[in-house]
Amino acid sequence: MKPILLEVSDLWVEVEGRLVLKGISLKIPVGETHVIFGRNGSGKTTLLMTLMGFPIYKVKQGKIYLKGEDITELPSYERARRGIGIMFQRPPTIRGVKLRDILKLCAKENGKKIEELARAFKFEPFLDREVNKGFSGGELKKSELLQLLVQDPDLVLLDEPESGVDVENLNLIGQMIKRLLQKDAPHRPRTKSGLIITHTGFILQHVAADLGYVVMDGEIYCTGNPIEIFEGIQRFGYEGCKECLKRKAMEGQPWQKEAF
Amino acid sequence: MAKRSILKEFKPAKEGRIPRDISELTKVEKERLKFLGLDESLQRVGEFVQVDAKPVLCRRKTEGLEILPITEALKKHDWLSDYYWKLLSPDKDEFTKATAEDLDDGYFIRALPGVKITYPVQTCLYIRTEKVAQKVHNIVIVEEDAELNLITSCTVHPHVQSAFHIGVSEFYVKKRGKLTFSMLHAWGEQTMVRPRTGVLVEEGGLYVSTYVSLYPVKDIQTSPICRLVGEGARSSFVSIIANHSGSKIDIGGEVWLEAENTSTEIISRTVVYGGENIARGKIVAKSPKVKGHLECQGLMLSDNGIMRAIPELDSHFYDVELTHEAAVGKIARDEVEYLMARGLSEDEATSLIVKGFLTVKVEGIPPSLQAQIDKVLETAKLGF
Repeated sequence: MKPILLEVSDLWVEVEGRLVLKGISLKIPVGETHVIFGRNGSGKTTLLMTLMGFPIYKVKQGKIYLKGEDITELPSYERARRGIGIMFQRPPTIRGVKLRDILKLCAKENGKKIEELARAFKFEPFLDREVNKGFSGGELKKSELLQLLVQDPDLVLLDEPESGVDVENLNLIGQMIKRLLQKDAPHRPRTKSGLIITHTGFILQHVAADLGYVVMDGEIYCTGNPIEIFEGIQRFGYEGCKECLKRKAMEGQPWQKEAF
Repeated sequence: MAKRSILKEFKPAKEGRIPRDISELTKVEKERLKFLGLDESLQRVGEFVQVDAKPVLCRRKTEGLEILPITEALKKHDWLSDYYWKLLSPDKDEFTKATAEDLDDGYFIRALPGVKITYPVQTCLYIRTEKVAQKVHNIVIVEEDAELNLITSCTVHPHVQSAFHIGVSEFYVKKRGKLTFSMLHAWGEQTMVRPRTGVLVEEGGLYVSTYVSLYPVKDIQTSPICRLVGEGARSSFVSIIANHSGSKIDIGGEVWLEAENTSTEIISRTVVYGGENIARGKIVAKSPKVKGHLECQGLMLSDNGIMRAIPELDSHFYDVELTHEAAVGKIARDEVEYLMARGLSEDEATSLIVKGFLTVKVEGIPPSLQAQIDKVLETAKLGF
């Protein structure tokens, strides 16, 4: 049995007075990547933001454990220091602060990697630009992924890493994520884990995900093989998930264990 | 009844504990001056240090440059009377008047025609003695086609509780000349500061002023007047200010565009921790075909301070381009959260955002001066 990196237990979360997550439980073992599917507004992003510890996401019930430690009440920077890293969907511009300045802060002791990684992913010209200012969709994603590569977290949270990226850059984004999750070196023992939200299934072409979830209305409806789940959604939409659930309930099956 | 002058509370700087030369300063004092740029390891082409009323160091390391105490320069050059009290009047206010009546000293710096001196000249006006008023008069002349980069660091002895500094400065930039003047100040919490500055820029000339004050100071009030009198003359004023509680900082800049194709920008970035800040700027178009832009940006970090941005544009002609923008606000929450998610505590995140806000790349100053400004920003405590 692989040790568990992240455990979420019966998590209920409120955002600005509205209950968004209603009893989410999941476990991510060390070295595994899990993928979340779900409609807009189903609570996927809320789950990731809550795991990172942003203050507007209020945990009403339940616990979050990282490497066995209860981090439910910790501020985001403490979580980052313990090994969680998140990619922002819409990262802000910070006037006068260069991407390099942030990378240096993310890097702590492995500052040497900044140049090497920037070169590897063709992002050197952006190092001395104001962070996120005037970056295109793809450049924002690359900037975020570069920050994560330098930060080197054990648990990577990615919210639709493919959105707003042109076709040309999709492959590069995929390569960066592969590197982040150590999927580019299949023979070495893997210590990095990921939790990734995807609409398009793009990530499945680059990263062999271990488990998929369907989140609907703040709950995990279904857990299973991510490729099978994605194919099911493509064919039947999320309505198909509801039908599937009804069928399984009638057959008395444990519905959270399989997909479709 | 006439208001009693605040200057009466201070004794003349001539009564200060003035050393015979710079080697007599203590280790602590030397460290302080070094931090502000009087550093052997930095490339400087000239140095001038005045302690209270007396210059204690005045040397140049290059040809084509003249550095003298102003009192000596006035004796040496008869023609200097054409420059002395010509951009400013002794009758301007009680501070100019006091300086005219009882001058301590000051510097005279001149770049000879056609000489481009890219490494900086460092000056330092230092108050060592408690409760003195230091009154200096400076004249800088950049002759035709010459270039001079001047950095001035003013500070007080770490143990001086209360002091008063008056600096009358007259700067002349001749045809196609270029002068950059960077002030990196670290006054004491109880220091009163009254710079009085006049600048004249001739045809094709450039004047770049950068004012950096990130440490607590009691009271600064200044509003240099810069006249662009020749065609194509340009000027730029940048002030980078941290206003701490207990400080009152009123910094302006007034530029008169008096010839065609002259242009200017006045930029101020202020972080208010407390106290009172006034950021003024005024551009006066006294000729057609001129351009001016004013930008006042303020960041409020608490409810314990006050910030006023007062931009002013005056035009006497229709064919001009004068613009201003002013914004006062708080630190954006999403920026703080972004940095916290990368592992920075709230205080570290705030400090980085403030530093970024105050980072203005000043066009036209040499990289070594920009590096010096960046270092001061790096060292100042800019969090809450």
